[in-house]
Amino acid sequence: MYHNSDRARLFGRRATLLAGGQAVLVGSLVARMYYLQVMEAERYRLQAEGNRISTQLLAPPRGLILDRNGIAMAINQHNYRVLVVPEQTPSLNFTLDRLAQIIPLGDSDRIRIAKDSRRRRSFVPITVRENLSWEDVARVEVNAPDLPGIIIDVGQSRYYPLERLGAHILGYVSVPSEQDLTTQAADSLLELPGFRIGKGGVEKVYDLALRGKGGRSTMEVNSVGRVIKQLDRVEGEPGIDLTMTLDLRLQEYAAQRLGDESAAVVVMDIYSGNVLVMASTPSFDPNAFNRGLTGPEWNELTSNPRSPLTNKAIAGQFAPGSTFKLMTALAALEGGGISPDMRVFCPGHLQLGAIKFHCWKKGGHGSLDMIGGIKNSCDVYFYEVSRRIGPDRIHDMATKFGLGQITGIDLPGEKPGLVPNRAWKRAALGQPWHPGESLINGIGQGYCLATPLQLATMVARVANGGLQVVPRVARDEINGRIVSPHDDHPQWNSCDVSQHSIDIVRKGMFGVSNEPGGTAYRARIQEENMWLSGKTGSAQVRHISMHERESGVIKNENLPWKERDHALFVAYAPEQAPRFAISVVVEHGGGGSAVAAPIARDIMIEVQRRELARNTEMGKRE
Amino acid sequence: MRASLHPPRPVGGLNRAEMSWREKIRQINLSLLALITAVACIGFLTLYSAAQGSLEPWALKQMIRFVMGMSLLMVAALIDIRTWMRYSYAFYGLSVLLLVAVQIRGTIGMGAQRWIDLGFIQLQPSELMKVALIMALARYFHGQAPEDFRRLTTLIIPLIMVLAPVGLVLKQPDLGTALMLLMSAAAMFFIAGVRLWIFGVALAGGLGAIPVAWQFLHDYQRQRLIIFLNPDQDPLGAGYHITQSKIALGSGGLLGKGYMMGTQSRLNFLPEKQTDFIFTMFAEEWGMLGGVVLLGLYALLVAWGYSISLRCRSQYGRLLALGVVTTFFLYFFINSAMVMGLVPVVGVPLPLISYGGTSMLSLLFGFGLVMSAHVHREIPISRSGAAED
Repeated sequence: MYHNSDRARLFGRRATLLAGGQAVLVGSLVARMYYLQVMEAERYRLQAEGNRISTQLLAPPRGLILDRNGIAMAINQHNYRVLVVPEQTPSLNFTLDRLAQIIPLGDSDRIRIAKDSRRRRSFVPITVRENLSWEDVARVEVNAPDLPGIIIDVGQSRYYPLERLGAHILGYVSVPSEQDLTTQAADSLLELPGFRIGKGGVEKVYDLALRGKGGRSTMEVNSVGRVIKQLDRVEGEPGIDLTMTLDLRLQEYAAQRLGDESAAVVVMDIYSGNVLVMASTPSFDPNAFNRGLTGPEWNELTSNPRSPLTNKAIAGQFAPGSTFKLMTALAALEGGGISPDMRVFCPGHLQLGAIKFHCWKKGGHGSLDMIGGIKNSCDVYFYEVSRRIGPDRIHDMATKFGLGQITGIDLPGEKPGLVPNRAWKRAALGQPWHPGESLINGIGQGYCLATPLQLATMVARVANGGLQVVPRVARDEINGRIVSPHDDHPQWNSCDVSQHSIDIVRKGMFGVSNEPGGTAYRARIQEENMWLSGKTGSAQVRHISMHERESGVIKNENLPWKERDHALFVAYAPEQAPRFAISVVVEHGGGGSAVAAPIARDIMIEVQRRELARNTEMGKRE
Repeated sequence: MRASLHPPRPVGGLNRAEMSWREKIRQINLSLLALITAVACIGFLTLYSAAQGSLEPWALKQMIRFVMGMSLLMVAALIDIRTWMRYSYAFYGLSVLLLVAVQIRGTIGMGAQRWIDLGFIQLQPSELMKVALIMALARYFHGQAPEDFRRLTTLIIPLIMVLAPVGLVLKQPDLGTALMLLMSAAAMFFIAGVRLWIFGVALAGGLGAIPVAWQFLHDYQRQRLIIFLNPDQDPLGAGYHITQSKIALGSGGLLGKGYMMGTQSRLNFLPEKQTDFIFTMFAEEWGMLGGVVLLGLYALLVAWGYSISLRCRSQYGRLLALGVVTTFFLYFFINSAMVMGLVPVVGVPLPLISYGGTSMLSLLFGFGLVMSAHVHREIPISRSGAAED
């Protein structure tokens, strides 16, 4: 026998306590009803009859976007528009029919309005038409008494005064999608008619800060919805202005210098990670998105083989070509067991089994050490090094320098690129690594892919002595990651590479640009104190057949655009005290030394001149 | 003693007491049925008024569901309480599986999904879980003697039983239902005899865990919680509902504006007047007097449940009956407190009155279990589950 009666007694006690608690709660309900329905009844009766409370949300002005010198890149403009409040119309269609007699109203507009009215609560105004002319506004205003439920409203719309310049970084704003409305249901601003949120670029990344907080005005309205008086007004908070790291004048210069090429340039500060220039050509006018694009305009943008809508600086993935040799060299020096003094003889090709791997220089370079290998960009030298150390070491080194993963820049849509190793090939392709692949991998061909931003980051990390600097485009005060504009030496992790190895690579890069015979010697900077050190790259995108080699390799100029090499160049400057890193990629542009290096030279001269001017100006001010 | 109503039953070899169908039907508690029907009728009248004096689109459908629900109640009432007890865990397990199933479907589809479409009815597993959790806890605590509560390990299994569905429901995300589950489970722990200091510790621990949990939330989830706690931040959303609800309620006054005369509901100022805010509409038309009568009916129903529970000879029956009744109490208390602006806005319907199928069916099924506990109240059940004398 167990104590069932004990248990029943305990249960009875607890049940009594619970019942007591519930009785108190019911009592509180009755008391509350007494308060609302007897004590406060008169007040609520007045509110219910005759008068009603109407609350309107006030949209905060969106924060501006400025370049690092305070030049406006994104501003707000007045936008006159017609809204309709379904709740206040006798019937939505009736009011819209009336309105259509006064201002033109397309079928597509009406379909959109009908859809919005189903989706939103009936007291939320819906945009009928935007960007009205003064004439239209006046006509609607005059006919207002015949248009119940119609409101004229001055909203703000985003305008990008520089149009194509920096469009990829700024991004654009647009009306919230269904999904935005669900995931951000907490922010009622999104329900405001015509309210736009950031959809690309920094407009998206910093959207919440730029957006600000909505205010509200509470009004007393009569039975037809006319405002009798304002009861309460709570001002919102305007969006925070965002200062970019970009220098617009440099950006403009770089865009001009790239011209019509399909290309990308990134210039960054090697210590702070501040991106001064990020240009991707051809570009587009983001204002067109706000206006609404016509069909042909859209088709032109999307079918253009030079893909103007893509930010090639972060989303264009290219074989890094010979610029990757910097990584191969570092991997060889750091634990690869290869001495910088080791010499390799280049007869113009390297034989591996039955296959001949060619050097870009037909006759060969003769005997070279590592510095010579970099300076001359000798393929055979790096075939041999890569054959000895294999892909895994190179992969690990390249990863430390930012390749094969997103850099973490404050922009959406960044692509990770790819640095292969044995494990990757087994996982992705289900095949073992072939020795021949090691050879081409060592010169940045094969599976290897990198974005221009990654290449700039890589060279920045070489130039700053192996600090893992992360690029950024905004002076990110909002997310608390701020480094003040004067603090240009934030703490970065180290790549754990010896200074000695980095010095060897940098000597090679010095040779590329500043010693006769270097692959970019002709694109050197001659001004004292502005010298740059770089590395050229020409990424081959087609297969060169045996037959073609014998009869002479076809020159890039004679090939169709799609088959020409990508021209690449990475560099840092000034050589004596490095401060800026640059990467230039010209898609199907031809050779790195002939096409990309001169662009980099011109931009780097401009960057350093501007910096000098800024410094003297700041010095004068102090 | 009520036991004198029944002659002593023969004791079988398996210690099982059996009742004939006739005996069972005679034991049906007609007062409980009458109370439930009275509340439901108030619901039909209010839905008729909400549709501006029409059976369409709500009142008629609601009546059909009520008839279906009552049949379900009768079936549940006549099934032996020991059968319910035997299948308690299975029913609970099934409900958990269904919750996981909506989770998976919800992940594959877009956004929050709470339904499983069975063709003829859309099943909401979280609603099912409200009853299943009570059954499972009642079964578990039935097997524990008061001494067992001295060992904290006794609480591990029931805690897991509670937290698993709460976590799943939170992921949907359905904060209201998760809180309902937690509260009715807490009531079960309480009446089962879990020591009082444990509740104190649990409360303190829960409060302490809030800042930690906060770290793991997404920004938009935090926003949602802030607005949940402070609807004034969202004057056009949750705040709008409450303001309008208070105006409608308050303007109803002591005696109300009269049936079908509620201006605020009529003019569509009151949102969701046929579902979550139906109490407001009722109280606008019938005034405080009507509201108090309705609350009185609810209280009477709960009191009836208490009396049934206390007369049961088995711990399982007692726990089951009181658990269901407490859930019912939570429903009507939270809903009416919400429309009066006493607690934050959560999606909890007014039981037996709000328009909606699943909650009606699951509530009436719950009352079917209460009725079964009543019909079989004289059957004692040993801790292992067999009948005894």
